[in-house]
Amino acid sequence: MSFWKDPLKVAADWLTGILTGWGMPEIAAQILIGFLGVLVLLSLLMVLDILLVWVERKVVSRFQSRIGPNRVGPFGLIQPFADIIKLLIKEDTTPAGADRVVYNLAPILSMMSVLVLWAVVPLAPNILGVDLNVGVLYIIATGAIGTLSIIMAGWSSNNKYSLIGAFREVAVMLSFEIPMLTVMLIPTIFAGSMGVLAITQAQNPIPNFLLSPLGAVIFLIAAIAELGRSPFDMGEAESELVSGYNIEYSGMKFGMFYAGELLHAFTFGGFWAIMFFGGFGLFGLENLPGLTWLNNPFINVATLLVKALVGYWVIMWVKYTLLRIRIDHMLAFNWKFLTPVAFTLLMATAFMNALLRGTPTWLYVLGLFLTNVLVGWISLEAARAYSRREREKVEGVKKAVEVSHS
Amino acid sequence: MTGEQIIFLVVALFTLGSGLMVVTTRNLVHAALWLIATLFGVAVMFALLNASFLAVVQVVVYIGAIAILFIFAVMLTRKELRDQGPQLNRNWWLGALLAILTFGGLFALLQGWSGLSKTASAFPPDFDAVTALGNALVSPDAYVLPFEVASVLLVAALVGAVYIAFNRK
Repeated sequence: MSFWKDPLKVAADWLTGILTGWGMPEIAAQILIGFLGVLVLLSLLMVLDILLVWVERKVVSRFQSRIGPNRVGPFGLIQPFADIIKLLIKEDTTPAGADRVVYNLAPILSMMSVLVLWAVVPLAPNILGVDLNVGVLYIIATGAIGTLSIIMAGWSSNNKYSLIGAFREVAVMLSFEIPMLTVMLIPTIFAGSMGVLAITQAQNPIPNFLLSPLGAVIFLIAAIAELGRSPFDMGEAESELVSGYNIEYSGMKFGMFYAGELLHAFTFGGFWAIMFFGGFGLFGLENLPGLTWLNNPFINVATLLVKALVGYWVIMWVKYTLLRIRIDHMLAFNWKFLTPVAFTLLMATAFMNALLRGTPTWLYVLGLFLTNVLVGWISLEAARAYSRREREKVEGVKKAVEVSHS
Repeated sequence: MTGEQIIFLVVALFTLGSGLMVVTTRNLVHAALWLIATLFGVAVMFALLNASFLAVVQVVVYIGAIAILFIFAVMLTRKELRDQGPQLNRNWWLGALLAILTFGGLFALLQGWSGLSKTASAFPPDFDAVTALGNALVSPDAYVLPFEVASVLLVAALVGAVYIAFNRK
């Protein structure tokens, strides 16, 4: 029975019993089990990653009125395995003049920056790698390693296109990190902790998207930019940079970048769920008298995975619907609109949270919700007024030119 | 030797070795990458000291921002990424002497210090280092004045940077 309540602890105790029975010292057994846990989690993630290739291709084909992979296996389910075999037996090329060590290290770092994120993902209250008290900052710090891998790939390939792609991508990632960290401080304010588990548990029963809908939207935009996905896919930009920073990579090295990107998108779908949609919780349903059996680690894991898939689906929806934005527009959008809005929202949320603490729940939720609506409305009006002014300037010039020509 | 000591020695050797590579390698981008390795080693040191906040901030600020800007500056300003000139100048013996004297002085001082043989006391069970740090930064008994002065300085630097970069029409 206790296996259903706390599977990891039961499994670890069982393994410790076996290993110490073989004469292994207890501390060595625990270290070995820790490594085994990491290995199991990473293997499951990689297998999930293989299936994500299929999910991505099926979903994009639906958005584009196609059927997608449907020849290899039922519903094309074996297609990703065929892709992997193709990637593995492809020739592994290295461009002449490439910086070999850096060139080979970049895809590994790219994949690693995604995998280490899962160290802090709370799949259930008792199924998580480590409950860091600085979880939010840890997420941003791993993004720094991802940025590093892209600039390493772009530079070491010794190719103009890849270097331009890397420059653009890094510029985007560095600038969108700021609104992202800012809106991640909003769940931190509500939970009173930067720990990811504490943030999840603080959202029982009111998920943060009711308290901060604008924050959830800003987080999604910044996450898509951080992932380098369309409409922010400046680093790859197939139509102008061929393939951007990963242009010179072939075979499984390219596969690492590609798989890393897919898993990164899924992971950020998961973080969107954790930060704003209650993580492994079921919006308070599990508190109801007849439904306490929902407080089960297996149901928690399934809930989080489903929520992460929904977040991943939204990211794909945006990717395959919107066109690429020009790089200067994108950076201007970040620095002149998104960052000020995120800062304003953070200050307004902190203020209203202090003001409304202790009031009845409905007033607290309503007050914070209306604060968000107000901040969003004012910033959109300000942006509209600014663009109207700019447009009138351009139209004035146009009229003057027309007058002088006639 | 405990496991923690072994990890400390490995990380210390890694940090010092990367630091040496920063100044000896002739390829400037490699030097920047070795610098990142050094900074990462320092972050691991902070983590070993139970200072998780400082460890993560070290990675965010030094690797995520400063080192990346270093790489940008090197790539965008240098035509030739290999350093051709001599690696030592005429004052190398002075620098070496100062380094040896500093190391010797610190070594002699710490020989007589009793703190080296003590073990750190364990944290109380519900102690949260981040909360304690946050409270210390805004409490009048602790560091509120230095914290505010540093904030004003940073805002002034920010305003100055915007003023210099501002494009007057």
